[in-house]
Amino acid sequence: MADTSLPQTPASESASAAPTRREAYEARLRRRSIAVAAVSSVGVLAFILFLVPLAPGWNAVQRSFFNGDIFARTFPGLINAFLLNVAIFAWCAPIIAFLGLAIALCRDVRAPILFPLRMFGAAYTDVFRGVPVILVIYLIGFGVPGLGLPRPWNSPYIWGSLALVLVYSAYVAEVFRSGIESIHESQRAAAASLGLSGSDTMRFVVLPQAIRNVVPANMNLFIALQKDVALLSFIGPVEIFRQAGVYKSLFANFTPYVGAALIFLAITIPATRYADYLLHRQARRRT
Amino acid sequence: MTSEPTAKLALRGVRKSFGTNEVCRGIDLDVAEGQMVCLIGASGSGKSTLLRCINLLEPIDDGAIHLDGVDIAEPGLDPQPIRQRIGIVFQSYNLFPHMTAAENVMLAPHRVHGRSKSDLKTPVTDLFERFGLGGHREHYPDQLSGGQQQRVAIIRALAMEPEIMLFDEITSALDPELVAEVLDVLRQLHRDGMTMILATHEMGFARELADKVCFLDGGHILEEGSPSELFSNPKQDRTKAFLSRVL
Repeated sequence: MADTSLPQTPASESASAAPTRREAYEARLRRRSIAVAAVSSVGVLAFILFLVPLAPGWNAVQRSFFNGDIFARTFPGLINAFLLNVAIFAWCAPIIAFLGLAIALCRDVRAPILFPLRMFGAAYTDVFRGVPVILVIYLIGFGVPGLGLPRPWNSPYIWGSLALVLVYSAYVAEVFRSGIESIHESQRAAAASLGLSGSDTMRFVVLPQAIRNVVPANMNLFIALQKDVALLSFIGPVEIFRQAGVYKSLFANFTPYVGAALIFLAITIPATRYADYLLHRQARRRT
Repeated sequence: MTSEPTAKLALRGVRKSFGTNEVCRGIDLDVAEGQMVCLIGASGSGKSTLLRCINLLEPIDDGAIHLDGVDIAEPGLDPQPIRQRIGIVFQSYNLFPHMTAAENVMLAPHRVHGRSKSDLKTPVTDLFERFGLGGHREHYPDQLSGGQQQRVAIIRALAMEPEIMLFDEITSALDPELVAEVLDVLRQLHRDGMTMILATHEMGFARELADKVCFLDGGHILEEGSPSELFSNPKQDRTKAFLSRVL
């Protein structure tokens, strides 16, 4: 935005005057790029819209994936099921943020007596970043209820959520740690020179800046979490992915999956764009 | 043979290396109460390192740093209570960017001395007024000019009521027109009797106000004396060469 508006400012100032040679040249370049982009986009769209339907299997694919009738009948149910995804996300996210920060702080302690904590932090992040999410969900989601716990402690909601919390806290912890390490040593020196204790320095000087710096990076993780909630379907909860599977079996049609994908995109695209915007703004502020 | 030092601050044989790079090679320095001592010398001569050592931000390898006759460089001593008695201001201000000017100043007195924020309001407001920043208390560092930020950094150190203030080339990062406002603050502090050590490139200022000027070269204090002696009549060739370059 800013870089396109910049060269226009002198032009608008001298609106009455003829454009300079450079302005004329840049305007020509701009017109040319727009024309090329337009032709190329129309070409690709035409290919998809006109040529793909010519494929021999197109009618079958259209019937089973892009069936308007089935889409209309299943979409409200999918939205309803998606509310469960939102709920699982909503209770996992704050726990993950809190636990992630705690683990990151574990890895930063210096006192020798707390060395086990440091070791625990390192081991935790290594283990849970090194195992596929679905594997943790299976192991915890099937394993713990297998202990024969009474209701409600055998609920897949609890243990599935725990699996997500464990895995995502490890990633969030690493992001927090990189944020802590990004704070320049001179900030700690300034705090130390004022006689602030190590924990006060962390709490009042380092953490507030570190957390702010890693908001965009953490947002990307939470967008990934929103998608991975769907993995809980493998151990029971009827969230949107499983609901789409139920509809698929009911109607012998794949359109509900497309509907589910659209619902995810409606959430994740704006969120991703927002995270990108935050990252971009941050990068600009640092220069 | 170490005679018991009587100065407010006395350095004896201070040594500091970073790896194989020996930055301080046995530095002796006496600073009397209320004195302003200026450290001059080329970049890399050890001025900043020496100040960071006095503030215990860098542990020294050998020697002693006596504050009121007590060696504060004794290994194993808790540096925190000592740092509260020695304030330092850095070249790059090092203000906390997420806090307003007033919050920057109040953080340490509030957390370390346990004074309530309402108690601090009056003395902190007075400090801001005294150094011409009355209207900037609620501004964030990035809303202030370099000279204003540096004055906030000085106020932040002063708010801990230190007995000695260290200034590490505090005007080096400033635009020339902003240097004067910061030097004015130092002038004021000197008048009020603050004991201070400055690492500085402002020779005019050193000549005007310093009680003692020390020329650092190759990790030693090569020559020291009153500004009139050292600037007008340097004895060492290296001091002469340095002064002819910077004056």
